[in-house]
Amino acid sequence: MTEFAFRPREWWQRLVAPIDPVLLALLALLIGYALLVLVSASPERMNNQFINLAVALVVMRVAAQIPPQRLMYLALPLYLGGVLLLVAVALFGDVSKGARRWLNLGFMRIQPSEIMKIAMPLMLAWYFQKHEAMLRARDWIVAALILLLPVAFIARQPDLGTSILVLSAGFFVIFLAGLSWKIMALLFFGGLASLPFVWTLLHDYQRQRVLTLLDPEADPLGKGFHIIQSTIAVGSGGILGKGWGNGTQTHLEFIPERHTDFIFAVLSEEFGLLGNTFLLALYALIIGRGLMIAANAPTLFSRLLAGSITLIFFTYAFVNMGMVSGILPVVGVPLPFFSYGGTALVTLFLGVGILMSIHKHRMLVQK
Amino acid sequence: MRLAEFKNPEQELERFQRRLAVAGGLVLLAFFLLFARFFWLQVIQHEHYRTRAEDNRIALVPIVPNRGLIVDRNGTVLARNYSAYTLEIMPSKVADLEAVIDELAGIVDIQPKDRKRFRKLLEESRNFESLPIRTRLSDEEVARFVAQRFRFPGVDVKARLFRQYPNGDLASHALGYIGRVNDRDLASIEKNEAEDNYRGTEHFGKTGLEQKYEFELHGQTGFEQVEVDAGGRAVRVLERTPPVPGSNLVLTLDAKLQQVVEKAFGKRRGALVAIEPSTGGILALVSMPGYDPNLFVDGINLQDWEALNTSEDKPMVNRALNGAYPPGSTFKPFMALAALETGKRTPQQSIADPGFFTFGGHTFRDDKKGGHGIVDMYKSIVHSCDTYYYVLANDMGIDAIANFMRQLGFGSPTGIDIEGESKGVLPSQAWKKERFRKPEQQKWYAGETISIGIGQGYNAYTPIQLAQATAAIASGGVLYRPHLVKYVENINTGERTLVEPQPLRTLPFKPANIEVIKRAMVGVNTEGTGARAFAGAEYVAGGKTGTAQVYSLKGGKYEASKVQERLRDHALFIAFAPAEQPTIALAVLVENGGFGAQTAAPIARQVLDYYLLGKLPKEAAPEYEEVDEDD
Repeated sequence: MTEFAFRPREWWQRLVAPIDPVLLALLALLIGYALLVLVSASPERMNNQFINLAVALVVMRVAAQIPPQRLMYLALPLYLGGVLLLVAVALFGDVSKGARRWLNLGFMRIQPSEIMKIAMPLMLAWYFQKHEAMLRARDWIVAALILLLPVAFIARQPDLGTSILVLSAGFFVIFLAGLSWKIMALLFFGGLASLPFVWTLLHDYQRQRVLTLLDPEADPLGKGFHIIQSTIAVGSGGILGKGWGNGTQTHLEFIPERHTDFIFAVLSEEFGLLGNTFLLALYALIIGRGLMIAANAPTLFSRLLAGSITLIFFTYAFVNMGMVSGILPVVGVPLPFFSYGGTALVTLFLGVGILMSIHKHRMLVQK
Repeated sequence: MRLAEFKNPEQELERFQRRLAVAGGLVLLAFFLLFARFFWLQVIQHEHYRTRAEDNRIALVPIVPNRGLIVDRNGTVLARNYSAYTLEIMPSKVADLEAVIDELAGIVDIQPKDRKRFRKLLEESRNFESLPIRTRLSDEEVARFVAQRFRFPGVDVKARLFRQYPNGDLASHALGYIGRVNDRDLASIEKNEAEDNYRGTEHFGKTGLEQKYEFELHGQTGFEQVEVDAGGRAVRVLERTPPVPGSNLVLTLDAKLQQVVEKAFGKRRGALVAIEPSTGGILALVSMPGYDPNLFVDGINLQDWEALNTSEDKPMVNRALNGAYPPGSTFKPFMALAALETGKRTPQQSIADPGFFTFGGHTFRDDKKGGHGIVDMYKSIVHSCDTYYYVLANDMGIDAIANFMRQLGFGSPTGIDIEGESKGVLPSQAWKKERFRKPEQQKWYAGETISIGIGQGYNAYTPIQLAQATAAIASGGVLYRPHLVKYVENINTGERTLVEPQPLRTLPFKPANIEVIKRAMVGVNTEGTGARAFAGAEYVAGGKTGTAQVYSLKGGKYEASKVQERLRDHALFIAFAPAEQPTIALAVLVENGGFGAQTAAPIARQVLDYYLLGKLPKEAAPEYEEVDEDD
């Protein structure tokens, strides 16, 4: 039995040992910035967001502790479990706002597609690690199937935002694993050619969102309202913004979902181009740090995983800012580390934790 | 493509890092794309979006100005405003109107007539208007509704200003009324380029002075700049431009006199126009029966509307301006003046009246059997001798008559400040050619001129034309434009815009000739057809009776009592007083009143008694029994 002794210094060192200070510092800046904007957008939600953050940080710390090898063992069960849950959702899921996304477990409701955001890159990274020695054409096809099966389930819920995130998470792994440029070109042009077909697969509301993006003024008070109002918010912010708490679009409730998916409109209106640029710079630095971690990772698995997780952050940020500023259709993708809401925050910090773990264990395995 | 690759860890790592670099590059490119988009929106297009954000946030809420008052020459209020609560429904925000109204009926009193009126308003309404289901809510009803407002989205209580005509139907045809703005009013607003000023205005003058002076009465709409949220709720007031109340109309009309006239008419139909000869200012403008203009303010209900429109008495017709009647013998003084002015007669020239005049095989009868004997001009007017005027008309010819009468305003609109006045018919050869299609009808026959001389035939003039011409005689030959408004008073600046007496023309008549006519008209009231009505008058008044044929008798004697009420002749009377320096000239018409001396002259007597002596009549003017006398 070890004797209990009061050694705060040692505890602290053990607590922060797996933490990457650079990544944490950048995230602290980003979170601080996010809270500042959230105070303006929805002060009454601050307490909840603090709780969300606390939970997310715990998750991050726990994940940072887990060595990448341990994560590999988790890949297959997590993926298969996720797929099973997606099937369950399709069969017994709760419908809310026209989409079947939730699974009621009796004591809580979960959204299995959220699990896939992490399970997908884990699974594919594990798969490529397993076939590291020799990659045959068949392996690429299997990888593609691993990717597309859950994505199809999620897209049918329908949940365009999440399916894009899961698809890109998986794609990043495949891309980083070295899919040949020729195939990618083929996929790209094949994708372009099949757009008319994809169009017929889309739900009416999804088609409508694309049409709305192309011509928001066609229905300025209906379907175009979100995109028009958020674009106005961004544009009216100007270079320096209207000032913190002074966004008229925000405070007179012209911005829908101003604390979640459209929080960037609030930032943009109140802090202007300067604030936007600062945010872009923060994201660029965080992504840069993530790519650095990926570059230095010891195994193929951890490289692919770190690269994919990092690029997922980018996908979140790009899709969200593109949507709010009116160059991408409206899909339910939050601004990473910024939007109010616990689920996304936990998933994102889980990713950060994994990145930190990979960073921490970069030497250990090589030895 | 090779089916399989064997991996070299070193190469593998290098390739991975290249891929990573490519990904990093793409990230930067994407972020640059976003930056470019932000730059476009926030720098290049900033002005545009800034304006749109301002437009979003700022709403201009019009504040409707108080409508100007209408007061008579002595300050008696004829039209004013009062504030009351109305219960209004926004039809666009209510799914099942009937159900909502049924539920509302449980809280406030809603009668079937309210529902009918609402339905009528709904049909006429402009888009997205809020329409009143009930007006003039009691305080208790307001309180009851407010307590349950949450149950009724799209329904609200509003404080509105209402037009009120405190004297009911008094002078209704002069005042006119206002009603809710309709498409025709919108067109008129557009034509006057007053759209901005009418934002928020719900009422518009429909007839009478309310219509004619709409833009003076309306005032300047004020605006409140309010900050609104996305739901359209006002958050705060940023700026306020107060409305400027409309100008008041001060009339030449004398409400007391008007009241005396309307009372004098009693249940009879007809019209009276009294004019101040020295200005053309109208002292009384009566068309009986009238109507209650208050009925129209909140939108008239169907029953009332139908009652007014289907009534045989035609209360909505302004007889003073739109009724064209043959002037009958009231035409004779003007004929006599024409004879003097054209040199066709001298005052002394006499005829021997056998009681008829034959022309082209047709006998034109005089009212008096056996005739009036030797008749000069004075006697022809005093006793209303028809034969004298048959001969005179024949001597003058139709065009000479028309040319003379035109100068007195007959056959053209008088220019009174009320819209839609009729011009009547001044018969002439040219008129007939214009009026009829067939060539044989277009020709003027000399025989047709004969009855023109006694004010019958094609002659048809409005009571106001008759009053205007009478006033011209009374004023010694100046023809004024009759007008109701004395001045328009801007209550903010206190500035008064006078409606100047407008002499349309000074008639080139010899004063001596006019004197002859006036003297003869005085004779009418002292020893002629008006003597009975003016017996014992404490002033000297000139007058002339007249009877306009409604039912054409082919020969034979006309006996009013035997003819159905509606086919009885119209009674007319024109008058001015005091004779030396007239302060009032008038024309009275009593529809189906029989002889002028019988019903029209007594009304004139009561009016003059009040106007000159302040004597209030105790009851409606008497109707004298039928007299077998000349008229």
